[in-house]
Amino acid sequence: MKIIVAIKQVPERDAPIHIDAGGKWIEEANIQWAMNESDAYALEEALQLKEKHGGEVVVLSAGPERAGTTIREALAKGADRAIHIACDDLGDRDALGVARLLAAAIKPENPDLLLTGLQSDDLGYGQTGVILAELLGLPHASLILHVEKTDAGLTVKRELEEGWFQDIELPIPAVLSMQSGGSKLRYATLMGIKRARTKEVRTLSAAELAAPVASSALLERIALPQKQKSTQILSGTVKETAATLVEKLKFEARIL
Amino acid sequence: MSSILVVIEQREARISRISWEALAAAQSLGAQLGLPVAATIPGAQTESLATELAGKALAKVIRVEHPLLSAYSPDGFTLALEQLVRTEQPSYVLFPHSYQVRDYTPALAARLDQVLIGDVTGIGEGPTFFRQLMQGRLNGTYRHTGGGPCFISVQSGAFRADTVQAGSAQIELLTPIIEAAQIRTRPGKPFRGSTQTVDLGSAQLIVSVGRGIKGAENLSVVEELAAALGAELAASRPICDNGWLPLERQVGSSGQTVSPKLYVAVGISGAIQHLVGIKGSQCVVAINKDPDAPIFEVADYGIVGDLFEVVPAITEAVKAAKQ
Repeated sequence: MKIIVAIKQVPERDAPIHIDAGGKWIEEANIQWAMNESDAYALEEALQLKEKHGGEVVVLSAGPERAGTTIREALAKGADRAIHIACDDLGDRDALGVARLLAAAIKPENPDLLLTGLQSDDLGYGQTGVILAELLGLPHASLILHVEKTDAGLTVKRELEEGWFQDIELPIPAVLSMQSGGSKLRYATLMGIKRARTKEVRTLSAAELAAPVASSALLERIALPQKQKSTQILSGTVKETAATLVEKLKFEARIL
Repeated sequence: MSSILVVIEQREARISRISWEALAAAQSLGAQLGLPVAATIPGAQTESLATELAGKALAKVIRVEHPLLSAYSPDGFTLALEQLVRTEQPSYVLFPHSYQVRDYTPALAARLDQVLIGDVTGIGEGPTFFRQLMQGRLNGTYRHTGGGPCFISVQSGAFRADTVQAGSAQIELLTPIIEAAQIRTRPGKPFRGSTQTVDLGSAQLIVSVGRGIKGAENLSVVEELAAALGAELAASRPICDNGWLPLERQVGSSGQTVSPKLYVAVGISGAIQHLVGIKGSQCVVAINKDPDAPIFEVADYGIVGDLFEVVPAITEAVKAAKQ
């Protein structure tokens, strides 16, 4: 099976958040970057499928030059090769715009299976996989925890709300967006890191993919959230704070 | 004609709660823009639910009915709603932000050259649409700039179902053209993940633990607090994903919804998927090292600090208070 995994580089979870002068995004200068969590699970599922059934795992990522480090990480974990769509204006594209870019790079590869993470930890649109299926004319399923290859195609385990699940059968080629937590993530081995240096990373420019930038949803501005409740932040030494909390729970909130 | 269309979702032959919230959002947007609101209910049997909807303040209710819509499939629902939207040509199409909606509306919008503005928490002048970014650490304001209809999905709990205006509406029927071969995926019957032995839903006191605990070997810190309080132990998704606690202890959109008197969130940043599960809590205590963690926005009492120091101190204080 030839599997393409679309991955995104995002700020680390506890990255400092300072809104930049433009008011539409955060200052990126002091941010550490990481592979988006659900994308890491998509990559893990792809690597496991390859181990069971053979084939090839290709990682695909759109982003500026720094995305190269996340691509190398995926190669170090075991992906065979990579496609990097060099793109400095990712933020000007909405989910459809980014998906168009990815679709243009995927089409000539004709994969049997395309995996994406469920949603990005930064913008959180959660749409890329489903839009890619539409643009590529492929069947899809989302919120997938586990993939089983069958004679007819695939059986996948889909997460529903409130602890329910569902199995879905679908033919290949297909697109799946993967939920976090389906399997245990592997670490890159030293040997893997060494091998990754010589693996092929093909760079495509956004311009040569000729995907329109025009967006139909515009992020006008960002802001730090307003507190919904009047939160009392308790301070003092650890011991004092703990005593204050218990007292407040007892006499103010009347819970204990 | 310029109008607003709200797509209602059924769950076990009833209108889901979050669909009523989407209807409330649609009525509020309709009042803001002076536009009529229509509701649509797709499915194989929609008559009784359509009758229920017809008792609300709507211009009309459209049953989109076809035997192939009896079980949800993304292909079936995308085809059916594409035909409805092309016929009705609404300016806005509102959805509840459910797992089902997340599964097909991005494709539906793309088919019409638009993009869904998803997981909307509020609607402002313009209209503008608010949604969260960076796991709830930022709010974004969005505007629809596309030429076609504006697709919006509204977050659970963002609008109030009890504000839906009553009225009376006529019912129309649309039979979409769908061929069996167009539905490429075969959905199986839903099943429960594991036998549920912990009922967090009725727990009065909950101590819940998140990523900040760092490893399964550290869980005793929160277990001791839970024991001192006589509380149930719960967790955010990553803890259960890592297998540190069983899935049945997971709180949030993919786990259980809780409404305790006291919810103590330990090392939980407060991503929106978690917060929707604790909205009914009477009192929330948050303990986190990051003062900007979104959990503090919904907390009544907050302690900024190292949970490995703070939690044992609270455990001691609780024990002392109970003596």
